[in-house]
Amino acid sequence: MTLEVRELDLYYGDAQALDKVSLSAEAGSVVAIVGANGAGKSSLIRAIAGIETPRAGSVRFKGEDITGLPSYRICDRGIGQVAEGRQVFPTLTVRENLEMGALLKRARPRLEATLAEVYGLFPRLRERAGQAAGTLSGGEQQMLAIGRCLMGQPELIMLDEPSLGLAPTVVQEVFQIVRRLNERGITIVLVEQNVAASLKLAARAYVLENGRIVMEGTGAELLADDRVRQAYLGL
Amino acid sequence: MRSLLEGIPRRSLAALAVAGVALLAAPAIADAYVLSVLILCLYFAYVGQAWNIMMGFAGQLSLGHSLYVGVGAYVSALLFVKFGVNPWIGALAAIAVCTALGLAIGVLAFRFGIAGVYFAILTIAFAEFTRIGFDHWQWAGASGGLFLPVEYRETSDVLTLRGSPAMFYYVMLAFTVGALALCRLLLASRLGYYWRAIREDAAAAEALGINAFGCKMAAVALSAALTALGGVFFAFYYNNLFPEQIFSIGRSIEIILGPIIGGIGTLIGPIVGAFLLTPLADSLSELMAWLGIDTPGVKHVFYGACLLVVVVFLPHGVWPPIARLLGLDGERTRRG
Repeated sequence: MTLEVRELDLYYGDAQALDKVSLSAEAGSVVAIVGANGAGKSSLIRAIAGIETPRAGSVRFKGEDITGLPSYRICDRGIGQVAEGRQVFPTLTVRENLEMGALLKRARPRLEATLAEVYGLFPRLRERAGQAAGTLSGGEQQMLAIGRCLMGQPELIMLDEPSLGLAPTVVQEVFQIVRRLNERGITIVLVEQNVAASLKLAARAYVLENGRIVMEGTGAELLADDRVRQAYLGL
Repeated sequence: MRSLLEGIPRRSLAALAVAGVALLAAPAIADAYVLSVLILCLYFAYVGQAWNIMMGFAGQLSLGHSLYVGVGAYVSALLFVKFGVNPWIGALAAIAVCTALGLAIGVLAFRFGIAGVYFAILTIAFAEFTRIGFDHWQWAGASGGLFLPVEYRETSDVLTLRGSPAMFYYVMLAFTVGALALCRLLLASRLGYYWRAIREDAAAAEALGINAFGCKMAAVALSAALTALGGVFFAFYYNNLFPEQIFSIGRSIEIILGPIIGGIGTLIGPIVGAFLLTPLADSLSELMAWLGIDTPGVKHVFYGACLLVVVVFLPHGVWPPIARLLGLDGERTRRG
């Protein structure tokens, strides 16, 4: 297992956000975490990334315990994160945004090579290299956020709602990109409200409700499950 | 040296050289009054630059920089008056104390997630209770003030920081140039990049693996240390310190007006802002006095008007458009 989360408890003050959440991701797989708003999906990602400190439980990455490490240490170990809401640096240019992604020790020496790879993956970013990131369209900003994350050469990427607020055609494009990243061997943890699309992609999927995992299985299993179909797919 | 000047367009280098020569020659031409205004300009340019490290580079708003000026001034002045410690050794002590203060505020704020406006309020609070503390500290002169022995002499002695206004002018000029060079190196360094990422979007910066806490602490510490040196200058130039004045919020605001009007986050903005505002405000006061109009608040009304005009018409400050106009914008001034 590349990522192994065991019985994670997270609190914001007295409010419990995660309740004994366990999940695992095999190397090179796509793991989807689905659930309604406020179910704790983003909290889970933030806890794994070290931005929030869990009260109990453990996170292991490639066999090593990374629970409670500061986020910059976790990044340096190869866990990348694309946070919700396309957090690009608006007044910096596209290229500068990408360079910012390669500030990690592990990524610095290969900056130019990685940049070429990212441009290969997102030709539009190359076209707009000198443009301020704030002037990009929503879809392009999402590409930039993903590209910037790739600049850090992560082995595992956590994507928080990458399709949020994008036009339907762009949403499709985003899912294609996720698939392509996975084909390159990157492990993906995908948090999505677009349940159908993410379950189709996922080797393993978890349903989160009120901070608890209430269901898990392969993507196909959950996609066929009546409760999932009723609650999340409106079928 | 090469990395310091690397990437600056030739035009800008020429402009810098002209400005440098003018500033070096100024004391030979200027009369006592003009020289005193120029010293004040340099002082505000310097502390504005120091403040700009926190706000302009790292995006942390401090409204209490008078704290570092005041503590820096008092530490060095007290060491000198009470124990006869040389001002430059006192300056080291002042820098150490202010850096520690800055780090203490930083730990409080950044560990406990106090950000934005709340951080600014915290900085005011520290300046205010330090003011009240000094107001009642009898040994340090309390509200009656602390006075340094004034010696009138013809010769200047930089080593003991006693001498003519021209000497103080050159000392402040050296500080200002030093701060400018330091800031340029900082902006081009990895830390400078980290700061920019944090300023733009702290959450995204952290997601990229930037140690936001450490970088913000570095900004506060550096800014406090540089500002402390400004305080040391203040003490030995004016020879008197009153808690009521030196720690006042008004002083903190005066410090930040230069960079805001000149251009937050730019290297030249704080200097341009200080050299614009200080002489204008001063000549306005003089003009009012000459006209026989007794309006003690006129300077502050003027500051307010300047702020209004700049915020409405030049939200990035006056320097970026000037730089563009003169073709000197090789310095990347994206934030304005």
